[in-house]
Amino acid sequence: MENMVNVYFFGKKYSVPGDLTIMTAMEYAGYTLKRGCGCRHGFCGACATIYRIKGQNELKTCLACQTQVQEGMYVASIPFFPTDKRTYDINEIKADQRVMMELYPELYACIGCNACTKACTQGLNVMQYIAYAQRGELEKCAEESFDCVGCGCCSVRCPAGISHPMVGLLARRLTGKYIAPKSEHLENRVNEINSGAYDELIEAVMQKPITEMQELYNHRDIEK
Amino acid sequence: MFTPDMLESIKKVEATRDARMGMEPRRMTAEEKDELLKAYHPDYRAEGFKEIKIGPNKGQKAPVELTDLLHSNSRLLGSHIDLNKIDYDVDVLVIGGGGAGSSAAIEAHEAGANVMMVTKLRIGDANTMMAEGGIQAADKANDSPVQHYLDAFGGGHFAARPELLRRLVMEAPDAIQWLNQLGVMFDKDTDGNMVTTHGGGTSRKRMHACKDYSGAEIMRTLRDEVINRGIPVVEFTSAVELLKDEKGQVAGAVLLNMETDDYFIARAKTVIIATGGAGRLHYQNFPTSNHYGATADGLILGYRAGAPLLYQDTIQYHPTGVAYPSQLFGALVTEKVRSLGAMLVNCEGEAFMHPLETRDVSAASIIRECTTRGKGVTTPLGSGVWLDTPMIEMIGGEGTIERRIPAMLRMYLNYGIDMRKQPILVFPTLHYQNGGLEIGGEGFTKAIPNLLVAGEAVGGIHGRNRLMGNSLLDIIVFGRNAGKAAAAKAREVTLGTANLNHIEEYAAMLNDAGVAQAGVSPLLLPNYARHER
Repeated sequence: MENMVNVYFFGKKYSVPGDLTIMTAMEYAGYTLKRGCGCRHGFCGACATIYRIKGQNELKTCLACQTQVQEGMYVASIPFFPTDKRTYDINEIKADQRVMMELYPELYACIGCNACTKACTQGLNVMQYIAYAQRGELEKCAEESFDCVGCGCCSVRCPAGISHPMVGLLARRLTGKYIAPKSEHLENRVNEINSGAYDELIEAVMQKPITEMQELYNHRDIEK
Repeated sequence: MFTPDMLESIKKVEATRDARMGMEPRRMTAEEKDELLKAYHPDYRAEGFKEIKIGPNKGQKAPVELTDLLHSNSRLLGSHIDLNKIDYDVDVLVIGGGGAGSSAAIEAHEAGANVMMVTKLRIGDANTMMAEGGIQAADKANDSPVQHYLDAFGGGHFAARPELLRRLVMEAPDAIQWLNQLGVMFDKDTDGNMVTTHGGGTSRKRMHACKDYSGAEIMRTLRDEVINRGIPVVEFTSAVELLKDEKGQVAGAVLLNMETDDYFIARAKTVIIATGGAGRLHYQNFPTSNHYGATADGLILGYRAGAPLLYQDTIQYHPTGVAYPSQLFGALVTEKVRSLGAMLVNCEGEAFMHPLETRDVSAASIIRECTTRGKGVTTPLGSGVWLDTPMIEMIGGEGTIERRIPAMLRMYLNYGIDMRKQPILVFPTLHYQNGGLEIGGEGFTKAIPNLLVAGEAVGGIHGRNRLMGNSLLDIIVFGRNAGKAAAAKAREVTLGTANLNHIEEYAAMLNDAGVAQAGVSPLLLPNYARHER
């Protein structure tokens, strides 16, 4: 038999091949996943998982799809966590310090325990981006939180009840919309298209016979 | 961690790296590409396909697994659900919670329609979330929508429907602007210029990105906007059949709560199918880069209701899926890795092709290298070729990988592989369905007047191969259009009485053709659970 390890899903013991991820090991054990499984490649945050290795005290968090099983792993998935997202009209709010105070006042109840950072499955400095949000440094908050997949492990561990992924998301939307410099070339091109500048050209290319298009395609110049 | 044999091969890659740094491998001629595709692309493997025996595409081929689902009956056949007990009554029903569905819902809402979304997992559990490399738009001075059209048309083997491709390229800059105004954080320089790169088959650098979380950044922003607007999203609920009325219109859908197995009826004046792709059908036993729910459900629903498919026999295999380690098998390695300078290199350290050929050509070339040429690197699950990632840092400077493709770096570091210092092993992975339900320029199916399709479930936008960055673009362009068109159409639709007669008629056709499969469709979720007995 291949290298098998003993893992415990919700306290129940299963022997599974040691090269599987937690997610594929659950399927190997016979689970048909509905909750707790999304993209399966580490981008969607659906498979937030909490585990402890038998005999060790430390409680760990991970994404089930990105984590290999280990001997003696006690696993509990977090199929849903009641994250507290505040709603707003992106066109009405402003990119200033007040916005965080108004929408996420519990930010200021942060006790600096750093449990969020320790729980982050992406290895982000979560407490740091919360600190940026508190200070109204939205752009820094956006950058620091950019790789967040929204699994919510930080929020699960937070004694202040902060919904960190939602704070980062707000900071990013404000940064993308209001703080980042405008793209002049983009606005120009949209205006050109709207004014009909390309209408005839595109019609002409659509009408060309395939042989002519092949010729154009095969000999087009390619930007270095 | 690499095996000793792999480490030996890495030495050969390192030995040729300096010499490769200054050169650009030759691009293949049109004839070379044609021959390569015919010999090595999975679309040309006859045993992977089967003839569709009933319905509008009768006599045409589709992948075996898709044909089997098309040859299956509805799970509602013979059931006695009360179709007149309406649980949801809306103007616009959006089936699918990815980028296309969310864009459609936002625009339908903006147009004043009563819109709801239904999705079998969560909103955002979709291929959109996993798109890494970027989104195309011709918005730079040296570029134009016409050039974009030419690249996409040629890259798709001149098979795209011109009216659809025209929309794609002409509405691309507006799509980027719309996303930017919703708050998507595109990579820009300090003057606001978009940082753009090449993708395979592009002739201008028009790939806009948000690091290598491009799709995730777009998806989480769209999701946030859907929630802010208060658009109802019914999660963990599948649409298992379209409802029709006596006028031949769609009249909504039968929904299935995935957790309780209860059925619900949604009545809708217009329906948008935005159910995405089919990677989890694992055509020809390929691994896939797709999300868990990519099982072609919308194609089944639409086809059973009478809507034809287009190019259902053409599939995109992304050239660079993870070949090793096995825990990541089939996961996407973004094309941006090659945009940033990494070359494809065989086990002998030879750059065997230009790294930015189109995806179908690149995939076929890697398959040739690993099969008849015998220049692949053996892995526990097959073989692969090297993607020489340390070149990225040599070209762009130290820190380029962490700054531009952090998701890739993180994914490999989890398994002890530092792509900044060592190359990575890749092999093609099932990535995208080029075909799907046929639509006209306004997004409506040609057979059913109030049924629309958007996103990966559509066929014909890209032809027989799709360029990198044109899928994130198409879900936005065609998602938005579908939302607007559905909202407008809903004002003029008067629904009759809902029925499921079409599933009975479909069953009769299957019966007459003698091809009915034992199972039911749509599949909803892949069968991954292992049961010993």
